[in-house]
Amino acid sequence: MTIPATIGAPDSGSASAAHAVPVGRARAIYRYILRNPAMMGGLAILFTLFLFWAVGSIFTDVSDARPLSFRPSNPPSAEHWLGTDRQGKDIVTVLIIGTPQTLRIGIIAGTVGIVIGTLLAFIAGYFGGVVDNAIRFVVDTLQTIPILIVLVAIAIAIPGDMTVEMMALIVAMLAWLGPTRVLRSQVLVMRQQKYVELARLTGMGDLEIIVKEMIPNLMPYIVANFVLAVAGAILASIGIEALGLGPFEANTLGMTIYWNIFYASLLNGWWWWWAPPIIIIVTLFVGLFLVTRGLDEWANPRLRKRV
Amino acid sequence: MLQHRSLQVGWSVLTVEYVLRRLALFFAVAFVAATVNFFFPRLTGQDPILQKLAQLQIQGAGVSSEEIDGLIETYNAKFGLDRPLWRQYISYLGDTARLDFGQSISFFPTKVTKMLRDAIPWTVGLLATATVMSFVLGSLGGALLAWGKAPRFLHALFPVFFTFSAVPFYLMGVVLLYLFAFQTDWLPLFGGYGTNRIPEFTFGFWTNVLKHAILPAASIVLAQIGFWALGMRSMMVTMQGEDYMHQAEAKGLRGPRIFFRYALRNAILPQTTALAVTLGQVISGAILVEIVFSYPGVGTLLLNAVQGFDYFVLQGVIFTIIITVAFAMLIIDLAYPLLDPRINYRNE
Repeated sequence: MTIPATIGAPDSGSASAAHAVPVGRARAIYRYILRNPAMMGGLAILFTLFLFWAVGSIFTDVSDARPLSFRPSNPPSAEHWLGTDRQGKDIVTVLIIGTPQTLRIGIIAGTVGIVIGTLLAFIAGYFGGVVDNAIRFVVDTLQTIPILIVLVAIAIAIPGDMTVEMMALIVAMLAWLGPTRVLRSQVLVMRQQKYVELARLTGMGDLEIIVKEMIPNLMPYIVANFVLAVAGAILASIGIEALGLGPFEANTLGMTIYWNIFYASLLNGWWWWWAPPIIIIVTLFVGLFLVTRGLDEWANPRLRKRV
Repeated sequence: MLQHRSLQVGWSVLTVEYVLRRLALFFAVAFVAATVNFFFPRLTGQDPILQKLAQLQIQGAGVSSEEIDGLIETYNAKFGLDRPLWRQYISYLGDTARLDFGQSISFFPTKVTKMLRDAIPWTVGLLATATVMSFVLGSLGGALLAWGKAPRFLHALFPVFFTFSAVPFYLMGVVLLYLFAFQTDWLPLFGGYGTNRIPEFTFGFWTNVLKHAILPAASIVLAQIGFWALGMRSMMVTMQGEDYMHQAEAKGLRGPRIFFRYALRNAILPQTTALAVTLGQVISGAILVEIVFSYPGVGTLLLNAVQGFDYFVLQGVIFTIIITVAFAMLIIDLAYPLLDPRINYRNE
């Protein structure tokens, strides 16, 4: 999987046209989503995952995901819809607990990433000069380094037991790179535009211009890069967990993959164990991918002409 | 003719200054990699390497106590607390520059360098082939889709690839493994070559190696084609409104010539930049593919090092991967003027 590093870089010029939302905001959004099939499909997929979790958590008992709860490695049955794993956990319960844990890692890391990224992008792009050069150099250098490798180096250096929150913070450490790079170039373009110049002429301060004029216009990019950062963080966390550096006590999707690799579930023919987490992860990524494509279209109206 | 001239122009603008600047960035990355290796284990205020060695000494698992003593001694001599941190750092940088990563703890006394030398060809072979294949197939497919003259099967096939591009390589690998090795045993389940074979330069051995490489390579290619096709398609669509495209048409050039010389050639440039940017992600994904297939490359080496807490191997792998990606990017950047003669590095 290759997560696109940029949203809307090629069309930066036309991007910032103000989105005048007419009366009836909710209806306008609704109508827009109908016009944007990628966005609609993505949201529908993510909503299905949400339903799986919501309905599932009503009917499951958290303690069924403890090791040695049931006889291990049993195929699906009326009692255990997806069977049990090698450690005797009920697989449906593991997935219902694990999916939101994995999402939480992504959302925490994505939020940290987008906040720091937006801040740095404004500092670099708006004020320029030495600070801009320094930030750009750091981002350029770090971007040539495979992120997973650096995160592995960090994760293994941390002593003691890993938790889901620690995992999120580790992944968050580099989640600002993408947003900083993309948003900085957007800020650079936007700074030159007439309405920003006009705002400056009317005597608005820098901070006021950034908050009142630029951030609202950057919103499509910020949202799109947030989704990208979440997807990237989830991908990285699953990678680290699959390598055996994750939170062993937790039931995240990545840890489920790790135990599958550890017990060679594929070679043992335990398809009911390895297939469901893969289906959920793939569904999640396809959903996020479609949403980013939908957001991309929102950020770059020119794309609409492209079939 | 055109090709030939641009090639000359390309090389002539590749100034010494640009090459030097690009080399400087490469060494900056190497420096960061070595620094990461040195400081991360020390960030927590403890010394995980020493702890592991001490733990091994108590357990005595696999390695004799004298050997551990030797390791600890070497370790202390190298990084010991008898010297200030900056002296340790300098000597570590020196060792890294000489590519001396020490000895493996799990496979004592094998040199880390030797383990890396054995693993790297597998990873580079797999990754280079898969990346080139998906780049070429994806770009060509995406270009044809935008050109409007694509065969019908492409229109049916590529939406599938677009969806695949959201799937992590290694999960694609698990599914392929199940379908083509576990259920049907058409292809081998794991490894780089059959367990009953000795590596030698014979036809039989190489076909065996090839057979083992098909599934890992396919999982990377299938998950990547869509990414390149998407980028290429949108570039080609933008390209079609350009003046020089109308000009080429007005001159009455034949379709294929316009396609390859005018549209494709221009649209491929951002793709090349994207190749350089995504290389790090691709290798991260490939590492996990190797683990799924127990492929004898750097990824499996990394997994074993992580699980055995083989810190010196780990540092070697981290440094090697970072350096390899940086080197590949250096090559791409230096080759760029061949593709785009307009780039004049002197005025950059």
